[in-house]
Amino acid sequence: MQLTVNGTSHSFEHSPSLAQLLETLSLTGKRVAVERNGEIVPRSQFGETQLADGDKLEIVVAVGGG
Amino acid sequence: MDNLIIAGKPYSSRLLVGTGKYKDFDETRRAVEASGAQIVTVAIRRTNIGQTAGEPSLLDALPPSQYTYLPNTAGCYSADDAIRTLRLARELLDGHDLVKLEVLGDPKTLYPNMVETLKAADVLVKDGFKVMVYTSDDPIIAKQLEEIGCVAVMPLASLIGSGMGILNPWNLQIIIDNAKVPVIVDAGVGTASDAAIAMELGCDGVLMNTAIAGAQNPVLMASAMRKAVEAGREAFLAGRMPKKLYSASPSSPTTGLIGKP
Repeated sequence: MQLTVNGTSHSFEHSPSLAQLLETLSLTGKRVAVERNGEIVPRSQFGETQLADGDKLEIVVAVGGG
Repeated sequence: MDNLIIAGKPYSSRLLVGTGKYKDFDETRRAVEASGAQIVTVAIRRTNIGQTAGEPSLLDALPPSQYTYLPNTAGCYSADDAIRTLRLARELLDGHDLVKLEVLGDPKTLYPNMVETLKAADVLVKDGFKVMVYTSDDPIIAKQLEEIGCVAVMPLASLIGSGMGILNPWNLQIIIDNAKVPVIVDAGVGTASDAAIAMELGCDGVLMNTAIAGAQNPVLMASAMRKAVEAGREAFLAGRMPKKLYSASPSSPTTGLIGKP
């Protein structure tokens, strides 16, 4: 299955949960926010959110800015 | 106590600072500390996939427990992108709803697109955000943004990153005279005197980034800006003497001069 994460395509053998995806990306425990297909996924639901083929994800952090 | 009150919350500092363009997070932290700012703007960006674990983050340098974060929509050119960005920011910062809305119209000048800004402000206010809004220095637009429910209007002094100072004090004066919410000059300040002039006009605060981060010595400039904002505020509250071409009223006594009959 294919996921688009921050504009880049990623392939997975099995459909991961959002929490598993974040672990794969070494983002577990980091302060991030996630939008899935245009909708915010609350942090409390990362574990139970099962991702599906074709999902588009945006994973963001706070950075320096004016 | 002369506090800046935004959305009901008091702040003793009237200087708000950005956190971009610094050499590293240590310089960011030292500059923000020297500025005395309590509200710091941050940008929301895609995480760098594959970044090394344990890489320092802005949140380590400026703990959200010590500063009020003001997530911005810098780089957004449509109402939709700005709204999406701030919804992500609210989730990222555990429901924090004080935000800086800016919708840009042109990558060359970074001048705001006020049509899109008005649209986004309306949606965000209805969605429960407390919106501090970057705006052109048009008094009518500024009033409309206030009527929509924005908690502060933030007109530019001159273009973002230009350091050109306050180009139209008269428009700012009209905005200040009309506003019932805080007016904060955002963008264009180049050096300490610009910040002092903004405060002397009666602005409630000043927001800046490049003027500090782009100085040869950012930490020293941050300290200068802190003093300039405080000095300008005190001068405004004190009420300046009227300007006259000449006064014929010297400060020293006109009587008791020697050598007179």
